[in-house]
Amino acid sequence: MSARNRELLALVPASLLLTAGFAAVFVERDDVLSDVSLTYGAIFLGLCLVAHLVIRFTLPDADPYLFPLAATLACFGLVMIYRIDETLAREQAQWFVVGLVLFGATIVAVRDITVLERYRYVIATASIILLLLPRLPGIGQQVNGAYLGVKLGPIAFQPAEFAKIGIVVFLSSYLRDTRQLLVSAGRRIGPVVLPPLKHLGPMLVVWGLAMLLLVFIRDLGSSLMFFGAFLALLYVATNRLSFVLFGLGLFAAGGWFFASTVGHVQNRIDAWRDPFDPELYDRVGGSYQIAQSLFAQADGGLFGQGFAQSILQIPGTDSQLLPAAHTDLIYAVIVNELGLVGAVGVLVVYLLIVERAMKTSIIASDSFSKLLAAGLGAVFALQVFVIVGGVTKVIPLTGVTLPLISYGGSSILANFVLLALLLAVSDKARRRTA
Amino acid sequence: MNTPTRRLFILVIGLFAVLVFATSWWTVARPQSLRDNPQNRRALLQEQRIHRGAIRAADGTVLARSVRGPDETWTRRYSEADALVSQVVGYSYTSLGRAGLERSRNADLVGDTNELASLLDQILGREPVGYDVITTIDVEAQRVAIEQLAGRKGSVVALEPDTGRVRVMASVPGFDANDVRDPRTYRRLNRDPDSPLFNRATQASYAPGSTFKVVTAAAALDTGRYTPDTVVNGDSPKEVSGVPLANSGGRSWGDITLTTALTHSVNTVFAQIGEDLGKATMAKYMTRFGFYAKPPLDYPADQMLASGEYRRGRLLDPESDLIDVGRMAIGQDKLQVTPLQMATVAAVVANGGVRVAPRLTERIVDPDGRVVERIEPKEEERVISRRAARQLGEMMQNVVREGTGTAAALQGISVAGKTGTAEKNPATDLNQPWFIAYAPADDPKIAIAVTVEDSIGGQGGTVAAPVARAVLEALLGEEARG
Repeated sequence: MSARNRELLALVPASLLLTAGFAAVFVERDDVLSDVSLTYGAIFLGLCLVAHLVIRFTLPDADPYLFPLAATLACFGLVMIYRIDETLAREQAQWFVVGLVLFGATIVAVRDITVLERYRYVIATASIILLLLPRLPGIGQQVNGAYLGVKLGPIAFQPAEFAKIGIVVFLSSYLRDTRQLLVSAGRRIGPVVLPPLKHLGPMLVVWGLAMLLLVFIRDLGSSLMFFGAFLALLYVATNRLSFVLFGLGLFAAGGWFFASTVGHVQNRIDAWRDPFDPELYDRVGGSYQIAQSLFAQADGGLFGQGFAQSILQIPGTDSQLLPAAHTDLIYAVIVNELGLVGAVGVLVVYLLIVERAMKTSIIASDSFSKLLAAGLGAVFALQVFVIVGGVTKVIPLTGVTLPLISYGGSSILANFVLLALLLAVSDKARRRTA
Repeated sequence: MNTPTRRLFILVIGLFAVLVFATSWWTVARPQSLRDNPQNRRALLQEQRIHRGAIRAADGTVLARSVRGPDETWTRRYSEADALVSQVVGYSYTSLGRAGLERSRNADLVGDTNELASLLDQILGREPVGYDVITTIDVEAQRVAIEQLAGRKGSVVALEPDTGRVRVMASVPGFDANDVRDPRTYRRLNRDPDSPLFNRATQASYAPGSTFKVVTAAAALDTGRYTPDTVVNGDSPKEVSGVPLANSGGRSWGDITLTTALTHSVNTVFAQIGEDLGKATMAKYMTRFGFYAKPPLDYPADQMLASGEYRRGRLLDPESDLIDVGRMAIGQDKLQVTPLQMATVAAVVANGGVRVAPRLTERIVDPDGRVVERIEPKEEERVISRRAARQLGEMMQNVVREGTGTAAALQGISVAGKTGTAEKNPATDLNQPWFIAYAPADDPKIAIAVTVEDSIGGQGGTVAAPVARAVLEALLGEEARG
C-alpha cells in the first residue's frame, strides 16, 4: 500500500476516536447520546482529508504516520478541552482549522527545505525577537511571574512556541557548516576534548541566550527546552558526549545561579521540593497547583475515574480545584479521568511521533535534513518532558503546553508548522530511498 | 550522524520511561498517602456528589434523606421523627464526618460501587442513587420511651429476643441532626455536660444494680448446683470478701429459697452464691451473655462499649484478682454495663437461653424498592440450658407478680422482670433505678432494659418499671391492653 493510502486509512481511527470521545462526554453531561458527536467526527475527518490531499499532492513520499498520530493527539485534546469547557473547545476547534491551513501553507512554502537554509539568519533574528517580545512594555504579559505571552490588540500568543522551531532550524543549518571544525580541531584537556575557541564562541552565545531567556522570560521550563534542543543537536552533529556534558554543566551553573536570585524561579523550586508545606501551599503562586495536580492523579489510579468525572471546581463556588486544567495541568486531568493506562497511551503516541522524526533523520541523506529532523523531534520530546515532568513532580512545574493537546492557539499553530517541516524533510529523505 | 541520533532516541525513551514511572508512582504505587493528605479535599467533594439512600424506620417513616445542594451536590436532611432516634441514625456531613447508622451502613447508603452497575447506570442515563436502609426501630414505641423518660437522662432498649431486632433504642437527651452541620453547634453539643451526642444505650457505663442478679441466678441454675427451691440463708449483714454486706433496709430474711431471694432482691443470698460459684464460673457465664466484648450490633464500634468490670477506665480481665466476686454478683463492685447489654440479658432468658445478635437494620432496599439484602437473625451462642432459662423466667415472673417489680405488670399479659437500684450517692439518696424484663412471659416477644441516671430516692420498681410497662404496651399493642 502506498504511503499516502496508509495515511488516509490511519485517519479513520483518529476520527472514530473523536466521535467516541464526544459521545462519552455527551452521555456524561446530558444523559443523551446525541448524533452531534457523529457530526463532529465527520467534520474532523473532512478537515483531515483536505490536509491529507495537500500532503498527497505536494509531499507524496512523506512519512505516512506523522500526520495521523498528530491528528489523534489533536482530536484527543479537543475532547478533553470540550469536557473542561465548551467555549474553550469551540475556540480550540477554530485554532485547529487555522492550524491546518497554516500546516498546508507551510508544506507548500517549504516543499524544498533548502529554502530555510537561505533565510537562516533571518529566522534566527526573528526567533530571538519573538522570545524577547513578552518583555516589551505595552504588549508583553506576565503570567505567574513568567513572561511568555504577548498581547497585540485582540490577538494574544506565546512567541516561544514559534521561536523554538526557528532556533532548531537555525542551529541545524549552522551546525551543518561547523560540525567538522568542531570535531576535528578539538584541543584535548585530560579526558575532555574542547572545541577550538573560535568555535566555542557560538556555543557560549547559545548558552548565554538560554541564560538570558531565563532572566528575561523567567521560565525555567522554556530555557530547559531550548538549551536541551541545542545540546541534542550539538550531540547529533558532533557525536561528542563531552560537548553535551560541558553544556549541561554550564546550564546547571547558570540555572542554579538564577534559581537562587530570581525570586519567581526560586518559588517554583521551593514548591517543587515540598508541595505539601502548608505555608507554600497557601501562598499565591505557591505549591497549590502542583499539590492539586498530584491529588488529581492519585484519584485516577490505574483506569481513571472515567470521562468527565474529574472534579475541577469546588462545588458551590467559582474557585478552581485544579487551576489551569485546560493548559498546564491537562495531563493531570487525563490521568484523573483515564488513569495510568490512558496517560501511558498518550505518552506512547508522543513517543511514536518522536520515533518517526528520528527515523526520518536516520534515512535522510544530507546533514541539514538529518539535523533538522532530529532537532525538531528532540524539541518536541523535551516539551512533553518539561510539562509532564512538571505535572508529575519530576522537575519543577513551569508553564509549557502539552503539544497538540493543551488549549492554546500558538501551541496548535506552532506544532502544526513543526509537523509540516518534519513531513517536508521526510518527503525528501524517502524520495531518495524509494 | 546516525549513531548519535539513535542514542538520542534512546535517551528520549529513557525520559519518557521516567514520566511513566512518575505517573505510576502517584497513581498506583503511592496514591494512598496523597488521598490521606489533609489538604486533599477530593474524597469529600466526591462524596458530596453521591445521592445517599434514605434511612427509614420499620414502618417506612423517613428518618434521613438527601436533598439537592449547589452544583450537583447532595446534603443530608433529618426528619422530625429522627430527633427521637438521633444517636442511632447519627449524621453524615462533609465537614464533620459520620456517626451512627450513617457510618456503619455507609457502604449500603452510598450504593453499589460495582463498576459494571455504575456503567449501566450511566448508559441508561440514570443517576446513581444509594440504597435505602430500613431500620428495625418502631418510631411510635420510641416516642413513648422518650416521653416516658420525660427529660430525665436515661435510656430504654427494647429488642425481640428471637430475632435480635432492636425496636426501641432511646437515649435522653438527644439532638437534632440537622443542627450539627453547623460546626459551632456541634462543638457546643460536644461540650454539653449532658452529652446529647452520646448514645447512652450502647456507650454509657452504668452500675447495673440488682438487675445483674439475673446473670448470677442464670449461672447458679445452669451449673446445676442450685434450683429455684434451693434454700440459702438471707440474714443481714453477711461478711463478703472480708467486709460486711447488708440487705436493703438491713432486713434479715432467714432461710429462703432462691425464688424468694430474687423476688425480693436479697443481696446477701446472691453475694454468697457468687462467692460459691467463683470467679471462673461467673466469668464464663458473663462472657456467654456478651459481657467483656463489644456487642455484635451493626453500629460503629467506637460508639459501643463492652460491659464488665472496669478499673480506671480499662476493662479488667474477667478473672482478675481485683474483682470482688461476691459484690459483683449483686451488681456492685466495679461492674459497668450498657443498657443494651442488660436488655440482652433479659432477651437470653426470654429466648430459652440462646443469645441472638442484636441488629438495627431490617433490610437494604434499592431505589426501585427491590430488596437487596434482608438481614437474617443470627444466633450467637447458647448461654444457659432451656431448663435453666425456663426456671429463671418463672422466678422473674414472680418479681413482677409479687416482688419489687409489680409496677411493670400489664393487664392480661404476664411480665417477667427484675428491678435494680444502683446507689450513686447514699448521702443524698441519689440512685440510678433499673428495670429489665420480657413479655409475654409464656411467649416472649420483647425484652427490655430501662434505666434513669439520676433519681433522688427512686427505686427500680417505682421509676424504671412504669417506663418499661408503657413501652411494652406500645410494642405489644392491643394484646397488652387486652
